[in-house]
Amino acid sequence: MPEPVSISLTVNGIAREGRCEPRKLLVDFIREDLELTGTHVGCEHGICGACTVIVNGEAARSCLMLAVQAEGAEILTIEGLAKDGKFHPLQEAFRQHHGLQCGFCTPGMLLTALDFLRVNPHPTELEIREGIAAVLCRCTGYQGIVKAVDAAAKELGRTTG
Amino acid sequence: MKPAKFEYHAPGSVDEAIALLGRYEGDAKVLAGGQSLVPLLNFRLSRPAALIDLNRIPSLAYIRADDGVVRFGAMTRQRTIEFSDVVRQRLPLLSEATRLVGHLPIRTRGTIGGSIAHADPSAEYPAILAALDGEVVVKGPKGERTVKARELFQTYLTTSLESDEVLTEVRLPAIDAGAGTAFEEFSRRHGDFAIIGIAAVIAGDGASCSMARLATAGAGPIPVRLRAAEEILERDGLGDAPIAAAAARAAELVDPDSDIHASSAYRKHLTGVLTERAVRRAMAKRGR
Ligand SMILES: Cc1cc2nc3c(=O)[nH]c(=O)nc-3n(C[C@H](O)[C@H](O)[C@H](O)COP(=O)(O)OP(=O)(O)OC[C@H]3O[C@@H](n4cnc5c(N)ncnc54)[C@H](O)[C@@H]3O)c2cc1C
Ligand code: FES
Ligand code: FES
Repeated sequence: MPEPVSISLTVNGIAREGRCEPRKLLVDFIREDLELTGTHVGCEHGICGACTVIVNGEAARSCLMLAVQAEGAEILTIEGLAKDGKFHPLQEAFRQHHGLQCGFCTPGMLLTALDFLRVNPHPTELEIREGIAAVLCRCTGYQGIVKAVDAAAKELGRTTG
Repeated sequence: MKPAKFEYHAPGSVDEAIALLGRYEGDAKVLAGGQSLVPLLNFRLSRPAALIDLNRIPSLAYIRADDGVVRFGAMTRQRTIEFSDVVRQRLPLLSEATRLVGHLPIRTRGTIGGSIAHADPSAEYPAILAALDGEVVVKGPKGERTVKARELFQTYLTTSLESDEVLTEVRLPAIDAGAGTAFEEFSRRHGDFAIIGIAAVIAGDGASCSMARLATAGAGPIPVRLRAAEEILERDGLGDAPIAAAAARAAELVDPDSDIHASSAYRKHLTGVLTERAVRRAMAKRGR
């Protein structure tokens, strides 16, 4: 019988600890043990992207990582994206351009877009479409999301020079 | 669903990993990027007694170019390969194909060793290993051996690796600076596995062809090297007629299965069409 394992990691800048079986998925650990339910879980096999979080600076599927693998990691979830009560430019752009309806895909969409804009700060529309193809949205038809990511790219380019 | 119970080990060295694999006598699985294995665990299609996680072995992640060969540690992430200058210069074919592997968040975790050990017939990296005549280094209790692409892939999701062996390195011959390369792929959506993919390397001046390399993804249980089509180009050059003949030959050389995504006949047709596109695009990129 596998023993539960202890896990220490940093989530949204705060040191957190937990104990779980090795088979527990990171997404379930985040939601159930850390009680951060902003990270959603859809397909559990890497297709939908709802569970995407930032692990050590890069977007990854939290349904395809075991919680024990996150030992020592720095994780950013959707709860950590706004700073001091102020939306991140991506969140602001999604609000302005109707980048969401039901909101199920939105946490994964925002963190995927955050990583995408870091590696490609000045994307073309086609590149944005390819980038957000990593996350499925059943509501919006994507048009608002594409506009939002484009607007956020321009805003981030303006504010960071 | 959620994975069935397993014991978890994260060894700090390859030797330790091999010893652990031996201890479970075939009932343990190596965990690399987890982008193929964890879905199988979640669906309980795979229920190993133990997972041996390679993610805590830093010495397995590197890219080294020397003597005309680029060596990749098995745990090198697809994302690292995507943004590597060495790969862009020495193996542009691999750079291009990497952008077709799933999506950026998949490539954050997915590894070159895992993609090749998993041996999905629709995957890009096994086709490149076949096209370039690459090899892998495999380590087990009896020591190290190298395995050529054609001896590695056996059938769907099956390689000649033993259950207590670890794939430690992937070696790809660097592509000559003057040669052109292209990876053409058709899939229903960006980031999906290829219905058909064609890797092409073309060398030679003008209409002459000193070397052609062609291999498929998705056209059968293992990647298929299209040697007879390559020979047409090497013998008859890069005019419209030999390219059309090579493309027709390519379609004859494969025997794909039908599945939910495409019929066998459609895959054969695509093999011809994409071979022609890949050859033309690789030609146009020569000498750059
Ligand atoms: C949504 C999605 C889309 C994808 N699209 C594509 C695509 O278009 N093209 C593509 O090629 N792939 C695609 N993949 C798969 C992805 O590239 C995987 O990363 C890859 O197939 C497996 O690599 P991994 O490092 O994740 O290995 P894992 O999933 O950890 O392992 C896969 C298998 O290989 C074995 N293994 C791994 N490493 C070793 C080793 N060093 N020695 C011995 N055995 C080993 C494992 O035991 C396991 O059986 C996709 C995955 C997802 C989730
Ligand atoms: S829940 Fe992780 S990708 Fe769908
Ligand atoms: S807003 Fe509903 S799934 Fe995207």
